[in-house]
Amino acid sequence: MAIALKTTSFLQTRKSQSHFLRLSAPTFTVSFKSRTVMATLSIAPAVGLSETFSRLKQQGKVALIPFITAGDPDLSTTAEALKVLDSCGSDIIELGVPYSDPLADGPVIQAAATRALARGTDFNSIIFMLKEVVPQLSCPVALFTYYNPILKRGTEKFMSIVKDAGVRGLVVPDVPLEETEVLRTEAAKNNIELVLLTTPTTPIDRMKAIVEASEGFVYLVSSVGVTGTRSSVSSRVESLLREIKEKTAKPVAVGFGISKPEHVKQIAGWGADGVIVGSAMVKLLGEAKSPEDGLKELGTFTKSLKAALP
Amino acid sequence: MSISTSPSSQNLMSLYKNSVSCSIHTREPFKIEKFQSGSSSIKPASISCVMTSESAQMEVKENKLKDFQRPDSFGRFGKFGGKYVPETLMYALTELESAFRSLAGDEEFKKELDGLLRDYVGRESPLYFAERLTEHYKRPNGEGPHIYLKREDLNHTGAHKINNAVAQALLAKRLGKKRIIAETGAGQHGVATATVCARFGLQCVIYMGALDTERQALNVFRMRLLGAEVRAVHSGTATLKDATSEAIRDWVTNVESTHYILGSVAGPHPYPMMVRDFHAVIGKETRKQAMEKWGGRPDVLVACVGGGSNAMGLFHEFVDDADVRLIGVEAAGFGIDSGKHAATLTKGEVGVLHGAMSYLLQDDDGQIVEPHSISAGLDYPGVGPEHSFLKDIGRAEYYSVTDEEALEAFQRLSRLEGIIPALETSHALAYLERLCPMLPNGTKVVLNCSGRGDKDVQTAIKHLEL
Repeated sequence: MAIALKTTSFLQTRKSQSHFLRLSAPTFTVSFKSRTVMATLSIAPAVGLSETFSRLKQQGKVALIPFITAGDPDLSTTAEALKVLDSCGSDIIELGVPYSDPLADGPVIQAAATRALARGTDFNSIIFMLKEVVPQLSCPVALFTYYNPILKRGTEKFMSIVKDAGVRGLVVPDVPLEETEVLRTEAAKNNIELVLLTTPTTPIDRMKAIVEASEGFVYLVSSVGVTGTRSSVSSRVESLLREIKEKTAKPVAVGFGISKPEHVKQIAGWGADGVIVGSAMVKLLGEAKSPEDGLKELGTFTKSLKAALP
Repeated sequence: MSISTSPSSQNLMSLYKNSVSCSIHTREPFKIEKFQSGSSSIKPASISCVMTSESAQMEVKENKLKDFQRPDSFGRFGKFGGKYVPETLMYALTELESAFRSLAGDEEFKKELDGLLRDYVGRESPLYFAERLTEHYKRPNGEGPHIYLKREDLNHTGAHKINNAVAQALLAKRLGKKRIIAETGAGQHGVATATVCARFGLQCVIYMGALDTERQALNVFRMRLLGAEVRAVHSGTATLKDATSEAIRDWVTNVESTHYILGSVAGPHPYPMMVRDFHAVIGKETRKQAMEKWGGRPDVLVACVGGGSNAMGLFHEFVDDADVRLIGVEAAGFGIDSGKHAATLTKGEVGVLHGAMSYLLQDDDGQIVEPHSISAGLDYPGVGPEHSFLKDIGRAEYYSVTDEEALEAFQRLSRLEGIIPALETSHALAYLERLCPMLPNGTKVVLNCSGRGDKDVQTAIKHLEL
């Protein structure tokens, strides 16, 4: 179990354009420009991504990996959603950092990011929320972020901040394999696994290099396109899974477009070690009548997906 | 392939700053240190590292920049550039680069392209001595620079954009793609793309920010008349950056059937290199025309910079001529301290946008900021990576000019020369006010007249009382 110790010192920054975010507990944003360090000792879940997959494999199970956007509809709902996802059977949770120009995302996640940003969600407040919530989760959290926010802080600093929040994995969709070395080095120093993506357009030799470098698991993008629910899973996924598994023993999780228990079952049947469900989750939360309703539906949906998996 | 980080480029920067800050009377060649490049244990996807035929043939006398590859095999200009896109696009970029490199040496392709540039676009564009503008900048003692305008505004479709569009359409046909997409800000690149798609019978979809579709309504109509589908983009800030993001998403989804004609020297490699090389005809013609007209080279080149395509097109030929001054002019909107501008190279920080590492306008959180300029074509929070590189090594200088100054220049050229320039071009023209008083007598200035201003009349009407 994770333990968290919090100090009672509060730090506040004033940004002209952002407003304070209301969490269920009193909130405070942390300024990283001032060198005062929060003496929060949070021992993150000891289990990382690879270990989670090993355990599941031994049990003959397939991982359920939901994705939600931080800050949509608001950070306190996100905090609750993480707990709901955890308790309803998720094995790893991907948390998206909202970004102004998400190239790999379709309309659902784009809209979620825009809403989150409009509410004033920023990186510091997400980290702060994670510091509170991660110790309460049993499954590891991986951050999904575009590259610019990482560069803004500097890779080294970013990784160390993210580690202090208890995050164990990272997915950066707009950094090509050739540029991942610096990311991987800094991530490794901070016990964070850098997950790489391979796609249906990736030639076999390149796929091989990607799977060799990927940590935690290999993210197989199911279709040629951006994120977003699709009515059916491309049949190419089956052959792609096979090709990848010929090149590596690492676990492979399939994502993009997966939105129903039937999809999840089908992909697990094809040999995937994990299934990632994003837009469908984000849509639920974003379009719900109220955050409470959204959380309830999220729980139900997650359970239905879990039930479809071995 | 990783490149060494800031410390060595900082040293380079100070070296260049020292040589540039002294008066322009001195013509010392730039001195540079050997650029260190690190190595990566992961090899990039294989492409043979062959320079484009133009670069290979380039004979440079004082080529101090030869230690830098512009770009290297991964598309980097120093630390800038690269290919920061989703993995789905990586193969398409590789394929595109292969096709481009092989066509660069293909005589048939060159002949076909040259023929189109001549008979369809109307090249070569004149290098025009702006007599009354020159007169305007004469000092009381009668001394002053000589101002020449490179008339890209006379090209078919009214701007330089067509040079790249025509070449990329030919390239797309060679690749067997039937569907073309493009992003557009002012609409000039959209019009150029729709034009070439009509010419070649290709399906055309143009993404344009919803806000831009309103301020450049004439161009939207032209695109539709030419048979293109114009999709207004409402996400984000509904301007050029969002149109570009949406075009990239379309390409990610339709990469197998579609070619993306990116309109500037921004985006992932090979675009910055390709678009520059397709516009390089501007600089090449200028060199020839300068020799014909005054038996020498230009002393100063001036161009407006949004993404940077017209500037790179003019500059590229002369980058290795150390004594030719390169000046880029960006949009300062309401003023560079107003928070409402698009002066990326002056006020931006290094980051990644639309596939390339370059200077960009971002907030404290690393989110891309909405820029402002009266001219839609300069209203982009990023800039081509090669410009970022040229700025950092001190080879080119970048300044900015406000909306108001641009509008004054817009009127000035109209009245002095009978040429109505695009508002984008007006930014370059406005900078002459600051530049010319400092230039010695007889300095040859070539300004890229990148487009004509008919499209801007509605905007001008709103702002000017005539």
